[in-house]
Amino acid sequence: MRTMKPHRSLIALAGLFTLLGMAAPAMAAQPEPWQMNYQDMVTPVGALVDDFHNLLLVVEFGIAIFVFVLLAYTCVRFRRAANPNPSKTTHNTFIEVIWTAVPVLILVVIAVPSFKLLYYMDKTAEPDLTVKVTANQWYWDYEYPDQNGLVFSSNMLDEEEAKEAGDPRLLGVDNPLVVPVGKNIQVLVTSNDVMHSFFVPSLAVQIYGIAGRSNETWMRIDKAGTYYGQCNQICGVNHSFMPIKVIAVEQGEYDQWLVKAKEEFALNSASPKLKLASVTTDRAPQTN
Amino acid sequence: MSTTAAHVDDHGHDAPHGFVRRWLYSTNHKDIGTMYIVFGGLGGIVGLLMSIYMRMELQAPGLQYMTDGNVWNVLVTAHGLIMVFFFVMPVVISGFGNWFVPLMIGAPDMAFPRMNNISFWLMPPALLLLVTSMFVEGTGGAPGVGVGWTIYPPLSGGLQTGMAMDLAILSLHLAGASSILGAANFITTIFNMRAPGMTLHKMPLFVWSVLVTAFLLLLAVPVLAGAITMLLTDRNFGTAFFDPAGGGDPVLFLHLFWFFGHPEVYIMILPAFGIVSQIVSTFSRKPVFGYLGMAYAMVAIGFVGFIVWAHHMYTVGLHVDTRAYFTAATMVIAVPTGVKIFSWIATMWGGSIEFRLPLMWALALIILFTIGGVTGVVLANAGIDMTLHNTYFVIGHFHYVLSMGALFGIFAGIYYWFPKMTGYNYSDKLGKLHFWLTFIGVNLTFFPMHFSGLAGMPRRYIDYPDAFEGWNFVSSIGSYVSGIASLVFLFVVWEAFTAKRKAEDNPWGEGADTLEWSVSSPPPFHTFNELPKVN
Repeated sequence: MRTMKPHRSLIALAGLFTLLGMAAPAMAAQPEPWQMNYQDMVTPVGALVDDFHNLLLVVEFGIAIFVFVLLAYTCVRFRRAANPNPSKTTHNTFIEVIWTAVPVLILVVIAVPSFKLLYYMDKTAEPDLTVKVTANQWYWDYEYPDQNGLVFSSNMLDEEEAKEAGDPRLLGVDNPLVVPVGKNIQVLVTSNDVMHSFFVPSLAVQIYGIAGRSNETWMRIDKAGTYYGQCNQICGVNHSFMPIKVIAVEQGEYDQWLVKAKEEFALNSASPKLKLASVTTDRAPQTN
Repeated sequence: MSTTAAHVDDHGHDAPHGFVRRWLYSTNHKDIGTMYIVFGGLGGIVGLLMSIYMRMELQAPGLQYMTDGNVWNVLVTAHGLIMVFFFVMPVVISGFGNWFVPLMIGAPDMAFPRMNNISFWLMPPALLLLVTSMFVEGTGGAPGVGVGWTIYPPLSGGLQTGMAMDLAILSLHLAGASSILGAANFITTIFNMRAPGMTLHKMPLFVWSVLVTAFLLLLAVPVLAGAITMLLTDRNFGTAFFDPAGGGDPVLFLHLFWFFGHPEVYIMILPAFGIVSQIVSTFSRKPVFGYLGMAYAMVAIGFVGFIVWAHHMYTVGLHVDTRAYFTAATMVIAVPTGVKIFSWIATMWGGSIEFRLPLMWALALIILFTIGGVTGVVLANAGIDMTLHNTYFVIGHFHYVLSMGALFGIFAGIYYWFPKMTGYNYSDKLGKLHFWLTFIGVNLTFFPMHFSGLAGMPRRYIDYPDAFEGWNFVSSIGSYVSGIASLVFLFVVWEAFTAKRKAEDNPWGEGADTLEWSVSSPPPFHTFNELPKVN
C-alpha cells in the first residue's frame, strides 16, 4: 500500500529549478554528475525531507536576495558622491522591533514542518521487519533477526569487480542489503569498533553506529531499485571505502532471496566472529 | 582635557634594545599583538598549503598524490586544528585584541603584561607539539593523528596506538591554557583599565566583541581541557570514560567536545563582527546604528552559543525530544545574528559611504556571512540535518562562516589597521587585486560544496564516486585561485614595507573616531602615559 505520492515533491523540485533556470537532475539512486540537489527520494521520510527542503530553499533565497538588494541599494544611494553629508540617526525603535520580530515569525513558519518531519522520521511504530546493521573497520554486517539470525558481511568491490557487476566505482559491494518494498523496516545500527555512520541519501537515512549502543531509525522504500550510500563518519584509513548498497525488491522476490541467502550464509551463524554481532550481545570495542 | 592628550608622549625611546629583550621578554601589548599576528599568519600559511594539497588530491577521482587514507586523515585533522587554534584565534582575538583593546579604551597596556607574555609563548610549543604529532606513530602504525579535528573516541582512544594522539592532546592543552590566560587578561583589562569617561556603554564594539569572546573562552576551553584529559587517561592510565568496555560512553566525549566546540565557532567570528562594526561606521561617517542592540546581540549570541551544542550530534542517537529542543534553540541564534546584519546596513543607510579597501572586505563578509547564515538555518533543523550531517553541505556552510567570515574579518582588520600598526601605507591597487582574487577564489571553492553535499558526498573522503568529479574540480580550481590571492597578499605586505610610504595618524578621516586614531602611526612604544579623558 502506498500512502505517499512521490511525484508531489518532484513537481515542486522541477518547478523550483525551472524558476532558477537550472536543469532538473536526472532520476537517480546514486549521485549524478553536476547534481545540485538531493538524490531522488524513495521513502516517505525522504519525500517529506524534500518538501521541507524546498520550503527552506525559498526562505534561504528570499532572505539572501532581500539582504543583497538592500545592501546594494544602500551602497549606491548613500555613496559619498551622492550623499556627501551623513545623517546622524542612530536609533529607530520601530525598525529595530521589526527586524527582530519578522525573523522570529519566519523561524516559526520553519519550525512547524521541521518538528513534524523530525517526529515522523524518528522511528516506526509497527515495524514489519528488522534489519540490524553492525559497522566494522571497514565493512558492514547485515543481520535479519526475524530470519533466524541470517547474517552476512558486505565489503566494497574493487574497481574491476564493480565494473563487472555494473556498479559505480567505490559504491559496489559483494553482498548488498536486500529488503522488500513497501514494508516498514526498523533499522538498528551499532558498531564493533570505532564510530561509523550508516548513510543512504536517497532513503533519507543516517544514523551513527556506536559501540555499546543500538541506534534506531527506519525506512519504507516505495520503489523497487538499487540505492547507494557510504560511511559518513571518519573511521580510519579506509573511511572512503565502505559503501552501502541497498536493493529493494517485491515481496515475492525478497522471499526467494531469503531462501537463497540462508543457504549461502548458513555457515555464518556458526562463525564466532559474527555471532558476537547479533542483537542480544552488543560488543565492546577492541582496544589496542 | 580631551582625547588629544595622547599626542604628548609619542616618542618610543624606551623600547628595550636587542631581539631577546624586545621580543622574548616582551610585556608590551603592541609587540605581543604583533607576534600573535605574525605567528598566526605563519599558521595560516601552513593550513592553507595543506588545504591546497588536499584540493589537488580531490581534483579528480582516484588517488593522485597521496598514498592512502591515513595521509588524508592526518591532513584533514591538522588543517582543522591549525586553522582554528593557530591561525584564526591567534590573529583575530589575541593579535588584534592585544593591539587595539588597550588603545581603544585608553589603557597604557594590558592588565597583566607578564601573563600576556606567557600566553603568547605557550603557543609556539603548542604548534611544535602538533607538528611533531604528524611525524610520530599514530593511526594503525602510520604516522600522524588521523581522526579529524573533533578527535572522537574510540578512533582517538586506544585504537590510536603510538604517541601521536597524546602529543596532539598536549598541544591542545597548551593552546587552551594560553587562551584561558589571555581571556582572563582581556576581561580584567576591559573591566578595570578603561580611561576616565569610557563607560561600558561607550566602548567601541570591537572591545565589546573581545569582552564577550573572552568570557566564551573562559567558560568553554576548560571543558575541552577536561575532555581531552579524560581522553588522555583513557589512553594511558586505564580509565574508561569513553570506552563502553569499561562502562564508559563515546557520546559523552561528543557532548563535552561540542560544549566547547560550539562556543568556539563564535569565539572565532565575534571579533570579526566587532571589526566589521568599526569599519562600517568609519567609512559611512556615521556612528553605529543601534549600538546597544549590537552590543547585546553579541552577548545574546554568546549566551545562546552555550546551549545549542548538540546540533552537531543529531545523528548520534539522541532522543527525539532532545533533538527538537536543540533545533529550536539553534534557530534562535538567527535572530541576534540578523539584528547585526540589519544594523550594519542601517549604519550605512543615510551615511556618506567611501568604498575603501577595509570596507570592501567588511561588505564581502556581510554578504558571505549571510549565505553561511541561511545554510545554517537549514542545518539547524534536525530533520534536514539527518540527510546533510557530515556531507559537503556542512563543509560549505562552515567555510562560509569561517573561511569567509573570520578570514574576511581578519583581512578587513589588517587593511584597516595596517597603517596604524606599521606606520606605512599599503598599495590600494595590489590590495584590491588581493581582495577580488580571494573573493572569487573562496566562492568558487566553497559554493559548489553545497551541491555535492546535497547529492550526498561525505566529508573526510580521500576518494569519491566519479559522479562528484565536476563540482570537486571547480572547488579545486577555486582553491588555487585563493592560493594565488594569498601570494598577492604577501606581496602587498612586502611592497608596503619596501616602499615605506609614511602613513598619517588617521588615514580614514572623520569617521574614524576611536582612540587608536588619536595616537601616532605607528603608535609610540608606550601609549597613554597620561590617560585620555572621554566625553
